Amino acid sequence: MTASKQTLEEILNLAAAHFKVPREKLTPDDDFFKTLGIDSLQALDLLTRLEHHFHIELPDYELQGVSDFRTLADRIQARL
Amino acid sequence: MNPVRDEGHVTKETGQGMESFRGEALSWELKDGVIELALHRSPCNEIGSLTLEELEKFVHALEGFQDEAHALIIYSELKAGFCAGADLRELYRRSQEMDRQDAAKGVRDYLERIHRVLNTIDAAPLTTIAAVHGVTFGGGFELALVCDLIVADKMARFCFPELRLGLIPGFGGIPRLKRDLGNAVVRDLLLTGRSFNATKLQQVGLVSQIVAEGEALRVARATAAQLGKFDRQTSIAAKEFIKPIPYEELQREIDIFCELFVRPAVESGLRKFAESEDAQPYLP
Repeated sequence: MTASKQTLEEILNLAAAHFKVPREKLTPDDDFFKTLGIDSLQALDLLTRLEHHFHIELPDYELQGVSDFRTLADRIQARL
Repeated sequence: MNPVRDEGHVTKETGQGMESFRGEALSWELKDGVIELALHRSPCNEIGSLTLEELEKFVHALEGFQDEAHALIIYSELKAGFCAGADLRELYRRSQEMDRQDAAKGVRDYLERIHRVLNTIDAAPLTTIAAVHGVTFGGGFELALVCDLIVADKMARFCFPELRLGLIPGFGGIPRLKRDLGNAVVRDLLLTGRSFNATKLQQVGLVSQIVAEGEALRVARATAAQLGKFDRQTSIAAKEFIKPIPYEELQREIDIFCELFVRPAVESGLRKFAESEDAQPYLP
């Protein structure tokens, strides 16, 4: 598995576990606001969890307009 | 100790002052030498006129029981977070009800009142702890900054989003950040408007302790109990020595905020915020 696929997989696993959604229901191109049923406050919570998980800083402005797991993984991968 | 009614709120008073209070926006209680100030105004403790009035009531009461208390803990009872800052919807609504000159005067009056409250807590002769979690934005961040110690839940998030509205923080945030942090971090927080997690703010020296989710208040209480072991006068002298209040810069901040506030760009930014259907439009 490539590093970027590994990153994407870890994001999907973390999101599924935290928001209690079956992992098999999440796919890379899903709109995570819709699939996870989260609002902007919960998205901020997800951002913080991802920063802790990957030990990175991810400025919110880099996520403006990002709503799918694949692009989110790209942004995170660029910080690893 | 006699239970009394105070403007509709149940309170308890001693000879020294109001020991406990339950208001619409906040509550406090003095117990075992520790005052706990709890914020509980939905959706996320936005500071408007009601909260300000109750904060003024609190600092007035604080003077009455300083002899009995050695520590103050400020925390939120709401899941969303510690505090999302000023009530911008109320600010916008009120500014629309008056002409620009009166609106500017009203904003200055509001800022001077909140500064008096925050300066009093900042300089209070007891050790103060902010136990924060979740959203700690704008005026909420500034409320935490007046405290001597910040105990942060690992999921806490801090931000100064004011520049998005064409404003600067107005509750003393910049002078207090400059007091506590290096200028590069202050510029990053202020000029980018990005949010920092608790780990980042511990790394730069602002957050004292990071704790597991849901543990901030418990750890703050344990810290407050530790503070009670020390001689009060020594603690007061130590605080006065190491924590100057930047009064001149705080006043300058009010002046700059008021100069910016009258610009059309601010009215436009506030309108966009006030008319947003997002429950948390302060979020990035």
